[in-house]
Parts: sequence; structure tokens; C-alpha cells
Amino acid sequence: MLFTDYSFIGFLAVVFILYYTLPKKCQWPFLLVASYVFYFIASPSYLIFIAATTVSTYLVSLKLDKLETIQKEWIREHKGQISREEKKEYKAGIKAKKWKWLLVCLFFNLGILAVLKYTNFTIANINGLLQAFHSDRQLSFLNLVLPMGISFYTFQTMGYIIDVYRGTSTAEKNPFKLALFVSFFPQLVQGPISRFNDLAKSLFEVHYFDPKVVSYGLYRILWGYFKKVVVADRILTAVNAIIQNPDTYQGGFVFVGMMFYAFELYADFTGGIDITIGIAQTMGITVTENFRRPYFSKNIKEYWNRWHITMGTWFTDYIFYPISVCKPMLKFSKFSRNTFGEKIGKRVPVYLSSFVVWFTTGIWHGASWNFIVWGLMNFVVIMISEELEPLYRKFHARFDVKGKAWYGVFEIVRTILLMSAIRMFDCYRDVPLTFKMYGNMFTHFDIRALNAEAFLGLGLSGADYLLLFICLLVILSVSILQERRGSVRDMIFASGAAWKYVVFGVLMLIVIVFGAYGIGYDQSQFIYNQF
Amino acid sequence: MKNKIAKRAAALAVFIIVMLIALYLLQKLMMPKYMSDIPEGAMVEEYYQETTDHEVLFVGDCEVYENFSPITLYEDYGITSYIRGSAQQLTWQSYYLLEDALRYETPKVVVFNVLAMKYNEPQSEAYNRMSIDGMKMSSSKIGAIQASMTEEEHMLDYIFPILRYHSRWSDLSAEDVKYMFHKDKVSHNGYYMRVDVRPVDGFPEPEKLSDYTLGDKAMEYLDKMRELCEENGIELVLVKSPSLYPYWYDEWDEQITDYAQEYGLDYFNYEKLAPEIGIDYNTDTYDAGLHLNLSGAEKLSRYFGEYLTENYDLTDYRDDPEYAEVYAEKIRFYDEMREAQYKELEEYGEIISF
Repeated sequence: MLFTDYSFIGFLAVVFILYYTLPKKCQWPFLLVASYVFYFIASPSYLIFIAATTVSTYLVSLKLDKLETIQKEWIREHKGQISREEKKEYKAGIKAKKWKWLLVCLFFNLGILAVLKYTNFTIANINGLLQAFHSDRQLSFLNLVLPMGISFYTFQTMGYIIDVYRGTSTAEKNPFKLALFVSFFPQLVQGPISRFNDLAKSLFEVHYFDPKVVSYGLYRILWGYFKKVVVADRILTAVNAIIQNPDTYQGGFVFVGMMFYAFELYADFTGGIDITIGIAQTMGITVTENFRRPYFSKNIKEYWNRWHITMGTWFTDYIFYPISVCKPMLKFSKFSRNTFGEKIGKRVPVYLSSFVVWFTTGIWHGASWNFIVWGLMNFVVIMISEELEPLYRKFHARFDVKGKAWYGVFEIVRTILLMSAIRMFDCYRDVPLTFKMYGNMFTHFDIRALNAEAFLGLGLSGADYLLLFICLLVILSVSILQERRGSVRDMIFASGAAWKYVVFGVLMLIVIVFGAYGIGYDQSQFIYNQF
Repeated sequence: MKNKIAKRAAALAVFIIVMLIALYLLQKLMMPKYMSDIPEGAMVEEYYQETTDHEVLFVGDCEVYENFSPITLYEDYGITSYIRGSAQQLTWQSYYLLEDALRYETPKVVVFNVLAMKYNEPQSEAYNRMSIDGMKMSSSKIGAIQASMTEEEHMLDYIFPILRYHSRWSDLSAEDVKYMFHKDKVSHNGYYMRVDVRPVDGFPEPEKLSDYTLGDKAMEYLDKMRELCEENGIELVLVKSPSLYPYWYDEWDEQITDYAQEYGLDYFNYEKLAPEIGIDYNTDTYDAGLHLNLSGAEKLSRYFGEYLTENYDLTDYRDDPEYAEVYAEKIRFYDEMREAQYKELEEYGEIISF
């Protein structure tokens, strides 16, 4: 059941009506039932995995909580009777136990993800190695199906259990509440990766029907559908034509494909998140924002603070920092400083941690080398820009361009081009081919090939291109307004009662008429469903 | 407070009404009109414009709506008839179109062309649309949709056709605006007229099939059609229209013959009787033997009309003033179209506008 299926819209309507008509104390339990129904409809066999992850997380979180309580009680009981060393020793013992339980949980949950997502990737690599060593033996691939949203809910539970381990979050005693946190249906499809402390309050509290909150949610949903079905699914036709025919579409069209994919991915992913956040909002639930107009970023670091925010912060909090401060890394940091000197030596461990983060970010996106290379390319670009920082400073000291509007635009365009270029690994999904197409973009560039006839050969009509141009302008305008003046919905709602209906009505008609859905369109999954 | 809620409710109600009207108008605009191209698509809907009843109702595919001329039946025998046919109309679609027609009238004879019995599965969305879109909303339409949908289709797309035809926004023409609320007549009581001639020039040899058994779904709907006729005191006649292609295998013919015998129905394979009817595939077809042209259709209608008159208690409506008036207009339209087609044929060497 995709967000764009009629059945999903019907399901949503039923959930919405029941959510506000059932007794208030039944609201969150009903959402749990709805989420499991949603998951059951997607595939009954998937339920076992999400249920197993929930149960393991619940049991271990209780265990961690219990150990924490035992520790507190022991300290209270022995207050004034024990030395600081004894207290420290006891705490270390408890921490070791908690660590073991944490590992059990992480191994179990990650194990499910690893087996289902990475087994065939591992087999493919082993087969590649066997072939390289001229062995005739080849391992057979397993028929494994990746449950919907497994990467998202696994990371969400991992974040939760680590927070409980660290004591930054208390363990949820009600298993059904935890089950809802893990399975909340709008974010199950493609995230965002919520934190328990951020989501829990609004997820479990009672919500009364508030026309303004519901209207805001509906607006957000509609805006999401606009981006997904009018823009993303329309460009998809041209993107597919280019990337699936690299022998036909070369030179300038590689660049066109790269940029089209950048627009498609943006409209697809942000559209999906808008729908997710909007659905939650109609029920009074606040889901963390996942994007903050990423294409306005002036450098790659800023870009990653604005794009897929919950994933970025997840990797920072649960991979980057733990690695950076773990004992082996601290030892390595000392060694590095002693060997390479303070200036270079202090950067080496940071880069090593970043390398791990970007490698895992890559492989999290997909079990194939193109995603790993994509992740590492991000790492390389970030590392280079860090290393060039003194040069930038010198440049800006010499030339006063920083505050100039045209320089800001240059920085934005440069970042978009850079990120779009890196994303070609995701686009072509073949590492050697992507490198080949990078070269091809320049060696086979012929401006005459970029003619109207060739563009029409991509499966879009002149009217489609015009529509896309207008829609992208609308998205750009809305983004500028959001960047400069805040919520566009606030502006619409403040400009008189009629406007909120007019804008909503027009947007709805645009989605219905100009949406690329139904027969005649190759309706696509949301790109991030696959992760 | 109450006043505020009432205001909000009123605003919401106005919004919903405006949206419904906008969607209705957009739907009317987006739906294909089938006026200058593929007129077969407009024929199912035309039935509802009829002001007089019919004693004979034809149901079936192109072999009915291109091969039988109700106007000839009226002119020569005073028989009132109508063809509820569309391109590649499947057996279950014929059943539901018959069921739909019975909501408005009860004919004495129903004639079903059996070529569609060769199909046991939904075939094509485009043809489904031509058979179903024109039907008025009813349980028969819902039944037709359910029975006809291919895997890629969705019931909602039929109930709210804008969901299907929204993608026509970039193909809209002046015709879509002109025929939003009213369409020109394209058929003559469901008959699609063609006066041009294209002699037969051979067809590939029929392929051998692994199984000649007519499908269970097709048979199920033939049964339903027969039972529906029995319930309403209607005589069901099975025919196989004259056509050289697609092939109508003897094995299929035998099964229909046996079925007709079992239930005491008349069944005529006019393909075999073509010489007796006087059909000449060098002059009586406009597409090299697939379908009859006006000359062929009139010959077949005269032949069939004689059988109908002799075997069923049909009224000669030529003497009925009400019918005479209605049919005078129909005959005028029939003659005008024939003349216009001949004129085009003379001018351009082919039929362009029909």
C-alpha cells in the first residue's frame, strides 16, 4: 500500500474519522492497531520482523532500566558506607552488564536487518572474489524479501535502546506504547527516523479535534502529493529514459539526467515526508522535520544539516560520537598526534570516524557498491573542503565577496551541482558506469544534441516540460518564502478565511488533474521506501 | 461561539460544493468525446437518448454494430430495434448492457452475436472503457466494471473517470469543449455506418489451438443472459455474423450449436450462410472481410428481418404515427450520412469524417 494508492487514501480517511470519534483513551491503542493493519496489508509475513524487533527492544530496555534502578538503589542504600572507588567499581560492573544487554539487542535487531538486507550483497561479493581467483564455485543467492521500512524502524529502535542505555531516555514500560513508537504507520514507509523523546509525548497524549491543526495537516499532505505525483513522478519518466539508456543519452544528456534526478529525488523524498508529517499533524502528532530547504545550502556540510536531517543526526549521535570517544580511538588520536604532529594528528581520528559514518550511511541506503561509493564520495568532498578551509579563508580575506548576493547564488549552485554529481552513483547504480558517464558528460558534450526533439524523446511532451517548469518555480517560490518569512501556511491562514479554501482547492485540483498517476503512468514507489 | 461554528460549517459546505462542481466540470472536459475519432466509443451512451421502445435488441461486438442496420429493419419490416454494441464487447459486457437496457424497456427478442464467446478474460482497458464509460450509473454498470477490469484497472477510475482521464489535459482540443454537455449522434440505433468498399485480399491461415473449449466465464454469462431473457419472457437468438476474420472455429460453432439445442434457442451462423444472403466480400465489406459495409449490412438485415417477422410476434410500427415520426427523423439522418459518406468518397477517395 503506497501513499499514492487509492486504498491508502481510503485507509487514511477511516483512521482519521475513527481516531477522533473513538473514546479519547483509545486514541493511541487505535493507532497501534491501524499501524499493524497497515503493515499487515503491505505483507503479512513482514509482521514477524517488526514484532521481533519491538519485543527484543522492549525486553532489553526493561532490563537496562532495571539495572539502572538496582544501581541507584544500591548507591542509596550504601550512601556514606562505601568509598568513591567502591562506588565507581560497582557502577562499572553495572555498566558492563548494561553494555552486554545493549549488544545483545543491537546484534539481534541489526542481525535481522543484516541478514535480510545484506546477505545477497555478501554472497555477490564472495562470488566476485571466487571468480577473481578463478574458482568455479559460486554461492546461490537467497530469496529474501526486505520488509517495508526495516532500515527506518531498526535504526529508530537502535536509537531508543542506546538512549535508554545512556540514560537520556527512560524505558517505556508499556510494550504497546513502544510497539506504536516503532510501527507508527505514516513514518513506517520512509521515515523520518524519530527519537522516542521527540515523538512519544504527542503520540500518546489525547488529541481533540482542532480544525486549524487538521487544516494545517491536510495542507501539508496535499503539498506532499503535489511534489510527489505532479513533479517527481513526472520527471521520473525522463530520468528513467536517460539512466536506463546510457548508450543513447550521452554528453549533455548525462548532465540533464543528473539535474533531473536531483529534482526528482528532492520532490519525491520531501513530498513523502510532507505527507508523513501532514498525516501525523491531522491527528495532532508532531513528527520531527526531516528537511530544511536543502537546495539553499551553501556548502556540503550545511546541505547535510538540511537534507534527511534525522538520518544525519542519528549517524552523528549514535556512530560518529561513540566512535570518536571510544578508547581505541582516543589511543589512536594520541598516537596520531605524536606521529603526525598536533595540526594534522588531531584531524586524522575525526576523518576516520567520518569515514565510518559515511561508509555506514552509504550501505544503509542500499546493499550495493554504488551506495557505498556514494557515501564515501560525500566523505571525500567533506574532507577536501575541510582541508581547503584555510585557502577559503585567505580567499575571502583578499576578496570581499562573502556578503554579495551573486556569490551566495554561486555557492548554492555549486553545492547543488556537487551533490547532484555525487548522486549519480545512486542514479546509475553501477560504479564503473557512473565513472564512465562522468567522463562522457564532457568528452561527448555537444550542445546541438540538446535539441527539442531529443528532449521530447525522453517521454515527456512540451506541455509536461512547461508544467514541470511552472511547478518547480512554485516550489522555489514557496521555499524562498519559507526561508525568509517562515511558514507559508501561517501566511495563507492569516490572509483571510477565503484564501485558505481557495489555495487548498486549487492545489487539490492541480494534484488531481496534473498528477502523474493511474493507467498510462508507471507509478513509482517512493524512492526511500527501498531503504 | 455557535455563530462561529455555523459560519465555519457554511464555509466548508460552500467549499465542498464548489469543489464538486469544479471536479464535475473538469471530468466532463477531460473525458474523451469520440466524436471525430473512434465514434464506436460514443455509441453506448447514445442509447439513453432513445424516446421509443424497441422490440428487438442486439447485443455484441463490432460484428453486430457494423453488420446489422436497424433502420433497414424498420424501413423494410417495421421492426423497431437497437444495437447495444461496442468494440470488442465481451460476453459479460453484453450481459450487463442487456440488464441495463431492461431497466428502460423489455424487448421481445434479444439477439446476441457469439464471437465474444472466444474471450474468457478481460482483454483491454481501452475497449472496456468504450463499452462501460457510456453506461449510466447503476448496479449493472458496477457489475460490468467488476467483470471487465484488467489487473491494472481500478473501480474508482470508472466511478470517477477524471481519475482515469486527467492525463488528457495536454491533449484537449476544441472538440472537448464543444461536446462537454451534448454530443452529436454518431450511430443509427447503434449501427455504425460505412459505405466504402475494400475487397477481401486474404487472411493468414487459422492457427491450431491447443484447446477449443469455450471458457467457463463466457459460458457463465451466456447462461445468465439466457436466464435473464427467460425471466423477462424474451426470446434469445444467437447469431454469428458474417465475417472472414477473426476466425470462428468449427469447434466453437459446435459448442454453440449444442448449447442452442440444449436450451431450445435459435442459432444462425451467417458466416456459413453468406452466399445465401447474397454477401459478396468483394463489394460488401469496407475492411477486406472483417466487417460489412452499408451494402452488406442492409443485405444481412433484410435476410434477418424476414426471419424475425416470420418467427416472432413483432409489430409493424410503420403505421404507428408516434414511431413513424421518430423514425422519419432517423431515416433522414441515415440518408444524410450515407450521402455525405459517398460525397467524401468521391471527393477524397476515402472516408475521413466518419
